[in-house]
Amino acid sequence: MQPTSLAFEAKAHAALDNPALQSALGSIKTGWQAGRSRAAEALPEFEALRDRGRDIKNHTLQHLDLYLEMFETKLAAAGGQLHFARDAAEARATVLDLCRTAEARAVTKSKSMVAEEIGINEHLEANGIERIETDLGEYIIQLRKEPPSHLVGPAVHLTKDQVSDLFAEHHGGPRIEDPAALVAEARRVLREKYFQADIGITGANFLVAETGTIVTVTNEGNAELTQGLPRTHIVITSLEKLVPTIDDAFTLLRLLARSATGQEFSAYTTLVTGPKRPADLDGPDRLHVVLVDNGRTKMLGTALQEMLRCIRCGACMNHCPVYLAAGGHAYGWVYVGPMGSVLTPQFAGIEETHTLPNASTFCGRCEAVCPVRIPLPKLMRHWREVQFEKGLTPPTARYGLRAWGFVATRPALYRAVTRAAAAVLGLLGRGTGRFRHLPLAGGWTQSRDLPAPSGTTFMAAWAKQAGRPSEPK
Amino acid sequence: MRPAPSAAAPDRPRVALFVTCLVDLFRPSIGFAAIRLLEAAGCTVEVPKAQTCCGQPAFNSGDRATAEAIARQVLDTFEPYDYVVAPSGSCAGMLRRHLPELFDTDPVARERASVLAERCHELLGFLVDIRGLKEVASHFAGTVTYHDSCSGLRELGVKAQPRQLLLGVPGVDLVEMREPEVCCGFGGTFCVKYPEISTRMVSDKTADIAATGADTLAAGDLGCLMNMAGRLQRQGSKVRAYHVAEILAGPGAGTATLPGIGERRR
Ligand code: SF4
Repeated sequence: MQPTSLAFEAKAHAALDNPALQSALGSIKTGWQAGRSRAAEALPEFEALRDRGRDIKNHTLQHLDLYLEMFETKLAAAGGQLHFARDAAEARATVLDLCRTAEARAVTKSKSMVAEEIGINEHLEANGIERIETDLGEYIIQLRKEPPSHLVGPAVHLTKDQVSDLFAEHHGGPRIEDPAALVAEARRVLREKYFQADIGITGANFLVAETGTIVTVTNEGNAELTQGLPRTHIVITSLEKLVPTIDDAFTLLRLLARSATGQEFSAYTTLVTGPKRPADLDGPDRLHVVLVDNGRTKMLGTALQEMLRCIRCGACMNHCPVYLAAGGHAYGWVYVGPMGSVLTPQFAGIEETHTLPNASTFCGRCEAVCPVRIPLPKLMRHWREVQFEKGLTPPTARYGLRAWGFVATRPALYRAVTRAAAAVLGLLGRGTGRFRHLPLAGGWTQSRDLPAPSGTTFMAAWAKQAGRPSEPK
Repeated sequence: MRPAPSAAAPDRPRVALFVTCLVDLFRPSIGFAAIRLLEAAGCTVEVPKAQTCCGQPAFNSGDRATAEAIARQVLDTFEPYDYVVAPSGSCAGMLRRHLPELFDTDPVARERASVLAERCHELLGFLVDIRGLKEVASHFAGTVTYHDSCSGLRELGVKAQPRQLLLGVPGVDLVEMREPEVCCGFGGTFCVKYPEISTRMVSDKTADIAATGADTLAAGDLGCLMNMAGRLQRQGSKVRAYHVAEILAGPGAGTATLPGIGERRR
């Protein structure tokens, strides 16, 4: 997927003018945001659990080679097969190969952000393989031919009314308004598809090294049906999903649902160790795990390594005032919100995405809720530094900063400049105490008044007060 | 870690006021209010003349070289004091949390910065947590709502301290917003980089303020206050905005009542 992140501002503008989108985004506050705070309050050890989550992920990343090898061995022992893909193209080719080998015409797919990241959807379709999304949200955006706008709720940008219209258009029949009936209708359509699919593709939330187990969570149970009914199960996932033990996976699971939606646990947690065994009643004959790197190993040992702790809970975007105003599509690529502003430049290049790390006030709410304590503002600042070094920062800002720096490191000059500015602005603003317009301050004054300085600087006023110490003696 | 008090006066620490560039330029009364409060809390306050800015605009814009140059200036200027106190969570957060980060490649400066960072505080946190100030001699007639500025709240844990002191001021009636902890949309250069999103955020904030019925908005950061006051005034609101220190310190001897931020001087 080609990033369109440079159009962030224009898309945010459109989003702010879109009442349906704003109403849909508003429900994140009352739903998931409120849910997360209730869940965190109800669990006394929640903060300690966050520390453990962070530590588990840090430990795994420090010994990634070890756990990767362990996972591969255990997976093979259970009858599964690991395919390592260095980049998106290699991952697409591997998946297509597996589909061809299985002579697949149709695949069912449950949610996988890595699948979005490598662009498998378009690739399968371009190669004549029908794809049916089984996650309700993914199914909805598939019908609308849209990318997801949220990690957990891919169709969170839509209102129920829009879904009613969409289903009426695509399924025929009367327009349904009752949410439960809408879900039931999607179920009915999807049920048939489950049985027609030759392959089921899922993502993974955790890969357990000690057992070779793949852990997936859903609220709809669609991952089970997707992976259990067809003959072949393909898992499209990435390196940083590895954890050492089942216990570790469950520690992180306790954080995941609480942080994402406020649930204590997701409705369905599926653990898969290998394909169907002789005594099993059902399950796929073959299990393939396509493990995607796509730049992740390059993040190891850099400032961005901390981002690899992410468990894709979506809490950072649920609490981000910029995301809640602009919506996910404004971010212009697969990952959105604060975590997307850190990851997208890594995957798609800072040249095409430098709008994203700047789309933050650094209010710090994302970091304050992140279950694995990723310092998201710090990592966004890292990208701003890269942007500045590469000369991608607009010239006015660059020269402005340098000029400011020149003055700010020369106190006497600084005093003179600020005194003059305070005097001039103070005089101009004397009448009302504020400005409605001011040259060069249009970004500010288009929607707010600018308070006027009082006429003298603090430093000048202070210096006039005799007998007060103002310097170390 | 609390530094050793200066040998000269163990109970009366020498505090350097970090004025902040916005207070210096736009609203000196906040600096004077901070000094009165610090003195009431038993400190000897000095205002180092060589101070300019904390370097945060450069730091948050990715201009490491400029941020580092300004940080060296901060080190040289503020090292001699027992404490450095700023009437801003944002600048204090920069000094306390980020100053050492700027010297990744200079271990000597990094160590100096770490020692200094430990002694840097936001005004309200310092008054209550370090100096144990319980109440102030002030008076203010108004229904006040307090906005938690992001850096003070999340980087420095400033939340209860300003409320505790405000509640002790005769005449103050404190009412809470529904979401006092949500960002006002200022964000330094963010408000001019993404003015529409910023406007949306500050409009949500002014709606929250209006819903409290308060006639006065207080906060601990002039940047956020200018943003919120500017928006309130553009919307024709009558809500007045003050830095919390101005309310706590009272108008000061011999001065008339202080106009709110963005109001005409009398
Ligand atoms: S960055 Fe943290 S809060 Fe955001 S999705 Fe990842 S784990 Fe969740």
